[in-house]
Amino acid sequence: MSILVGPETRLMVSGLTGREGSFHGLNNRRYGTDLVAGVTPGKGGQDVEGVPIYDTARAAVAETGANTSMIFVPPRFAADAIFEAADAGVELIICISEGIPAHDMLRVYTHLRRGSTRLIGPNCPGVLSPGKANVGIIPAHFFSEGGVGLVSRSGTLTYQIGNELAQRGFGNSTIVGIGGDPVVGSSFIDVIERFEADPQTELIVMCGEIGGDEEERTAEYVAESVSKPVVGYIAGFTAPPGKTMGHAGAIISGSRGTAQAKAEALEAKGVRVGRTPTEVADIAAEVLGAKV
Amino acid sequence: MDLLEYQGKQLFKRHGVPVPEGMPASSVSEALEAADGLGYPVVVKAQVLIGGRGKAGGIKLAKDREDVERAASAILGMDIRGHTVHELYVEKASDIAEEYYAAVVFDRSAKAPMVMLSRQGGMDIEAVAEEDPTAIAVVHVDALVGFRDFHARRLCFEAGIAGDVRGPVGALLGKLYETFVAEDAMLVEVNPLLITGERQVVALDAKVTVDGNALYRHPETGALRNAGADDEQEAMARERGLTFVKLDGNIGILGNGAGLVMSTLDVVAQAGGEPANFLDAGGGSKAEAIVNAVEVILSNPKVDAVLFNIFGGITRCDEVAGGLVTAFGQLQPKVPFVVRLDGTNDQEGRRILADASLRGVWIEETMLGAAARVVELAGAP
Repeated sequence: MSILVGPETRLMVSGLTGREGSFHGLNNRRYGTDLVAGVTPGKGGQDVEGVPIYDTARAAVAETGANTSMIFVPPRFAADAIFEAADAGVELIICISEGIPAHDMLRVYTHLRRGSTRLIGPNCPGVLSPGKANVGIIPAHFFSEGGVGLVSRSGTLTYQIGNELAQRGFGNSTIVGIGGDPVVGSSFIDVIERFEADPQTELIVMCGEIGGDEEERTAEYVAESVSKPVVGYIAGFTAPPGKTMGHAGAIISGSRGTAQAKAEALEAKGVRVGRTPTEVADIAAEVLGAKV
Repeated sequence: MDLLEYQGKQLFKRHGVPVPEGMPASSVSEALEAADGLGYPVVVKAQVLIGGRGKAGGIKLAKDREDVERAASAILGMDIRGHTVHELYVEKASDIAEEYYAAVVFDRSAKAPMVMLSRQGGMDIEAVAEEDPTAIAVVHVDALVGFRDFHARRLCFEAGIAGDVRGPVGALLGKLYETFVAEDAMLVEVNPLLITGERQVVALDAKVTVDGNALYRHPETGALRNAGADDEQEAMARERGLTFVKLDGNIGILGNGAGLVMSTLDVVAQAGGEPANFLDAGGGSKAEAIVNAVEVILSNPKVDAVLFNIFGGITRCDEVAGGLVTAFGQLQPKVPFVVRLDGTNDQEGRRILADASLRGVWIEETMLGAAARVVELAGAP
């Protein structure tokens, strides 16, 4: 097993005819993901290396049975593309686009909460289940199948930690980038809940950063509802307050959202927090090694 | 992006939030002209993006021309907690009977707009919240339903607003919410919200933060780049499309991806060093971006050493290495560079660096090793 994406994924891509969309969409197909359709208004009837393009998401779903949508369109069109994919009835939307206005995401989030469509992202690297399917921009060649579920607000930091785990011989069930924006479709808790239920996942690594209070909430949730070991990492101990550190959501507001507070909240609930990516991998290896 | 008070008030006016009449001024003569036009008495207010202006002497009442001249000369150029005053706002003086507080906040935890109202305005609202949380009425608004009359009534009753101003306070809240949504704001705060002697309701201050990602919808607001709001080096980085934050130390940092760069700063600090900046060269960093980034980092004279920490995903290490070789050719840095390349095409990247045999470049295998090396090379800040 794995979570969110796997052999059952039938992927359509909004923006497959764009430069980035085609590069990564076709990369995902080469990895083995079942890429069934692209959506670009006005380009219906064309194809991208044999993948049929439709004018609307509704037509793409009707013709191909797509159940997962990847959004790869410029930020000003992204909210509309998410609404369209949800309206067409896909189960999962993964939005890679970065720079979507926060109010747009608020409306998207509020709408999706009322239905059953799940959103991952935006401003995220996507979801990879090694050996099964890759939806997004995660460089899959670093990762192999295994028992570590990895969930993160950051892309490259995930690769760093995943690679350190790989060097110690540990693979991944699924790697989920939830995104670096203030409002994202799925939280750490949403993803950890699935890892808890996934038989392949033996250990969960969560990779947080400054801003907001998701890590603190996750600490509570892990203490109450998670039986599998969880190892944490928080980036941004040296970040000054009031400055946006690259990700729109990575900002300390007044005294709130600091790395220190997050690490302490997690440790108070028994989650071991590594102070460097290397230490995270060491702790994970120690916990998994002890289990084998 | 934070707006100055008068810029926030321009947005308020656009959406019908009542504000006192006023004019911005950037010189003493402009301030006098503004005051003459408005009629005396006026208030001369420093326009800076930091609180506590009043206490610092940045807000002065002026009952005639002489007062305005004195106030404007004193405030222009004044340093308020590290912010130099470049602009003034001259505003018709208001008759203050009561000071309330009102705000609409983008509550990322609840993922909903939060509207707040309190009778205890004119002071630090966080202090009020700590001392007596019941003094602040709060509602969360469903983003798709919007702010309704009942929200306004509930806030007014729960905050204990006097009956005669309940209507106008409620109406003002509705218009504040409209401003919040229409202008893509992350924060709209009025402190104090004034009740005058004639029981008029007026927004006496305006603190507005707008979403930088939505500026394409608001070109007029986007054009309001405030002199002195940014550090010079930060402005230089922004012009080149780099994500950059200036810090206090002496170790220049470049990485790819926001999380990895934050993590790099932390690891350098743990090794005993002090980072001089945050710089995310972004995914798919091309040679030109690297040259630009090196130039921005080295424009800070405090930098004694530079650390490149790259984990190649979409970014290719050979391109980063090529960019660094070009940057060395063009800029001939005088400080040592420590480079750690891992991930996509890392071996080619390291070979390009080795072949170029750049002076003062150390190649490290791991992130921790690179951090230790750069701290050693940089020495004490």
